[in-house]
Amino acid sequence: MTITVDRRYRLGVAARAVAAIGGGYLLAAVASTLLGVLLATLLPLSRADAVSLATMLAFVIYPCAVLWVFATASAGRAWAGILGASALLGGVLWLTGGLA
Amino acid sequence: MREGLRQSMAWLHTWSGLLVCWVLLLIFMAGTSAYYRDEITLWMKPELHASAAATASLPPAAIAAQTVAVLQERAPKATAWYIGLPNERNPVVQASWTLPPKKGMSMAERRAAFRKQNVTLDPASGLEVPQARDTRGGEFLYRMHFDLYYMSAIWGRWIVGICAMFMLVAIISGVITHKRIFKDFFTFRPKKGQRSWLDAHNATAVLALPFHLMITYTGIVTLMFMYMGAPTQALYKGDQQAMFAEVFPDNERVKPAKVAAPLADLGPMLAQAQARWGQPVARIVVNQPNDANATVQLVRPSGQQLSNIEPSMTFSGVTGALIASTAEPSGVSSMRRAFYGLHVAHFADTVLRALFFLCGLAGCAMVATGALLWGVKERQKYAKVVAKGGRVGFGVRLVDALNIGAIAGLPIAFGVYFWSNRLLPLAFENRAAMEANCFFMAWGAAMLLAQIQPSRAMWRFQLIVGALLLAGVPLLNVFTTDTHLGATLFGPAGLRPVAAFDLVVCALGALLGYAAWWLKRKEQKAAGKRAEPAPSSTLVQKEAA
Repeated sequence: MTITVDRRYRLGVAARAVAAIGGGYLLAAVASTLLGVLLATLLPLSRADAVSLATMLAFVIYPCAVLWVFATASAGRAWAGILGASALLGGVLWLTGGLA
Repeated sequence: MREGLRQSMAWLHTWSGLLVCWVLLLIFMAGTSAYYRDEITLWMKPELHASAAATASLPPAAIAAQTVAVLQERAPKATAWYIGLPNERNPVVQASWTLPPKKGMSMAERRAAFRKQNVTLDPASGLEVPQARDTRGGEFLYRMHFDLYYMSAIWGRWIVGICAMFMLVAIISGVITHKRIFKDFFTFRPKKGQRSWLDAHNATAVLALPFHLMITYTGIVTLMFMYMGAPTQALYKGDQQAMFAEVFPDNERVKPAKVAAPLADLGPMLAQAQARWGQPVARIVVNQPNDANATVQLVRPSGQQLSNIEPSMTFSGVTGALIASTAEPSGVSSMRRAFYGLHVAHFADTVLRALFFLCGLAGCAMVATGALLWGVKERQKYAKVVAKGGRVGFGVRLVDALNIGAIAGLPIAFGVYFWSNRLLPLAFENRAAMEANCFFMAWGAAMLLAQIQPSRAMWRFQLIVGALLLAGVPLLNVFTTDTHLGATLFGPAGLRPVAAFDLVVCALGALLGYAAWWLKRKEQKAAGKRAEPAPSSTLVQKEAA
């Protein structure tokens, strides 16, 4: 019994670590790219400024995603949240044509 | 993770911090020393001390003319000349050049070649200073803090970037887990074992918290386009060079016309720039000298502003006419440059620089106490086993050993680096690389010894070795140069940086010595307590509880 609990715990930690490092990076990449595209099209920002600001903010989004992955109730929810948010933002990005 | 937010953040703080703390300590120590990169380099090149002591200096135009004459002789076919005029932190004229890359040269080979393409001039006479000893000085430590060593710079930067992300997560989660972050800062309970380490960790972390957060984030920002390419991919359709040309317009390359044309006199250009700025020029870049397309870029000192932008004026290298001056940067560009500027603290004068240095030391202390805290906490789980003569777990032993090798071992490596600078024969082949090897051989030896015997005695031994090496630096300087403390403290002002190096390194050595003495006293006290049987057993139980 204790072994299975222990193993479940370890697997949960591993799943969260992958969700945080890999999934968090994915989410930061998608979100910052969408932000960059929106900044460049909606605001009177030059392309260079939009890409700089978006990339800077990527490294605010990334740690926030990591913290959320470890704060949420279960590893499953963490994965669902990260992938769901990435897919949603990726969809919007695709609609704006940024993924072309 | 398991219970509330605070518990899960505490867990995240512990593990994200512990996993990378030894590499982080190296990055923090090397990065902190980089605030005094120029001063370290000056100390490590005693051949330049005579020029540094000179009080008189030729006017900038004369220095520029002399330097150009030397460069015309040494590198007339260069793609660019770089001339650094003397300032209060760097007393000599430094000129270097880049040659057209030979086919099939790797980036590392190009960099190694570039390191040899330089001359130093005395600002008082305008004459070439005999080549100083082959050393990379403070540059080695500065480069190591983001490129590491013994690997390609790209690999090093990725590793450092990943460690920095872990650090960022550790800092934010550490703040969240703190219920009483303000109160904790004023709490220090010395001589209470784990609690004291916790308080020390809190104090060093919270005291300089804005600095830690700033330095970690801005460090990532300096290399962010490498770490996160997705926005560039979308906005520039993957054309990274187009992005770099727009975001970093000052680094634009000048293409040669392949038609020879004599270089115009730099004197009138310098006068024009000085009249416009009201202060002398800091650096001169001559692109494609002796070509019809030659340009001369004069760079102003970046001064006291946060942004690291260096306003410049560009002249035609043939006619001497002003072509362009840097435009006012946009808001976002200013922000990115301010982040960069904050990281390197180019704006810091003596006091502010010292404060940045102290904050960096607090960062080292934060990482070190955090690593120690894990070991102290974890060992308590084994208190009963150890009391019965058993052994601590593999993880505790490994962390203990790594802690000794990093916290006590790294100062040894720094000390050996400085000593090797003075003791290696000057004619040694690849001397600069050998100095770097000495750094890593010393560190490797410390790490290995710590793994073999991770004990209190090893702590003391390594702390004492580090203390002797660092505290002995002024003495080493007395026996290997003429610029000992007496000469540097009371002599010409240009030598003050050498004195400051001697004194600061000596003080850091004294600090290590104090740590060793403190450990010894603690051990004696513990031994005294063990002599009385009754209280000792209650103590073990108390600590285990």
